[in-house]
Amino acid sequence: MKIIDCPLNGPRNAQEFICAGEVKQEPSQDAAIDEWADFVFLENNLKGVVHEWWCHVASSYWFVVTRDTATERIIATYRPDEFFASQRQTEGADSE
Amino acid sequence: MPLALLKYGIQRKYKGNRYFPAAKPLRSAYDVVIIGGGGHGLACAYYLARDWGISDVAVLEKGWLASGNTARNTAIIRSNYLTPEGALFYEESMRLWRSLAGELGINLMYSERGHLTLAHTDAAIRTSRWRAEVNQHLGIDSELVGRDELAKLCPELNLSEDIRYPVLGALYHPPGAIARHDAVAWGYARGAMQSGVEIHQQTEVTGIQSLDDGSIELETDRGSISAGQVVQAVAGMSSELARMVGIKLPIRSVPLQACVSEALKPFLDPIVVSGSLHIYVSQSARGELVMGGATDPYPLYSTRSTLDFTEGLMANMLELFPFLENAKVLRQWAGIADMTPDFSPVMGITPVSNYYIDAGWGTWGFKATPVCGSCMAELAATGKAPELIKPFELERFSRMEQVGERGAASVGH
Repeated sequence: MKIIDCPLNGPRNAQEFICAGEVKQEPSQDAAIDEWADFVFLENNLKGVVHEWWCHVASSYWFVVTRDTATERIIATYRPDEFFASQRQTEGADSE
Repeated sequence: MPLALLKYGIQRKYKGNRYFPAAKPLRSAYDVVIIGGGGHGLACAYYLARDWGISDVAVLEKGWLASGNTARNTAIIRSNYLTPEGALFYEESMRLWRSLAGELGINLMYSERGHLTLAHTDAAIRTSRWRAEVNQHLGIDSELVGRDELAKLCPELNLSEDIRYPVLGALYHPPGAIARHDAVAWGYARGAMQSGVEIHQQTEVTGIQSLDDGSIELETDRGSISAGQVVQAVAGMSSELARMVGIKLPIRSVPLQACVSEALKPFLDPIVVSGSLHIYVSQSARGELVMGGATDPYPLYSTRSTLDFTEGLMANMLELFPFLENAKVLRQWAGIADMTPDFSPVMGITPVSNYYIDAGWGTWGFKATPVCGSCMAELAATGKAPELIKPFELERFSRMEQVGERGAASVGH
């Protein structure tokens, strides 16, 4: 992996970015401590296709990267609003 | 002459010695099954037989012996950790290391070189002093040294003040050592096999089921196995294996790369580490510089090598040892490290009964091989975690008690 296609800045060298880990659903404020511990510490750490938060450091821009952790291939990058809209769409389709 | 040689060769009285006893067929049930034939798993098998008389044990390895991180680390052994839990644990490992070669009957090339952790900032000097105080309190040989002493301990080091990060001092740990990592696995494997333990290479676990009677059913690519107890010791694949039995771990799998230079005249006696520059380097017995750096910047399950790593590492190496500018890198490789949020391992019981875990060994697993094997063996034999590894249990995360935070309050007990 050398180049990441940032939704804001276009293709940039991978060294300009940091990876902040899996996209997770934050528990509610009054959730049990186990649920919070799971959110803060535990990881799916999947070998395969994952969705992660990445940040372009120079512009402090956060976005979502879909990549394959087995092959190091970047599959797609999304603006956060774009990513969560598409997630809701898939969930909607699943429940129908 | 050739005839004499031929005669010698076919004479039966000069039999070759097998290093390992012949492999036995895989059975369908064992008292204990250890998943992972690296240093930790093999050590656990060895101590199960030696200390607890349990030899109905199978070690399952999907590749070959020590094909994972046991053969990919930079072989540094030390105990000058910051948390009392960590320092006590690794100090016990050092005690076991010192007599290990004799006990296993194999030359581990255990070589006490002294270990220098360089400090380039006032903050690093403070941390070094803190570490030295914690260490000395626990009886570990560790002290802060200034530039004058550093010049004597490692005359080759560039102590010039005209570089980007001048060296201000170092944490000095005289018992710091290196060892031949493959031999550690081979020695433990032979010792275990001589006591009746079976080691099955090319045997991959593909599914795990915990049964109502407390036993555990393992699916492998060579048939299913029923086990009384299971110990998982598969650094790099910990999350994937634990997922098979429904356990979620506080681990990210991140590649850690290392490389060696061509063989050079022996010049570097101590092991030199710099946290700020992300370097650790030692010179092996055959003259190669063994060099490692920081983990890769993002999680990955691929053991590819990158130019980014070598470039970054060498830029800093040349600040410390400018005369190496013409030295060549000979080999480069990567291992997959289990990184935990508190930089401590995950060892002990799990929510699944009779399923024990030995994971989260990040970048610090090799030095723990003996003590980890011995503690995991005790755990599998008695069902109770020894005091030394209690602070590292998986459940600490759901209690919000990471080892880094506990350090100051509970001095190892």
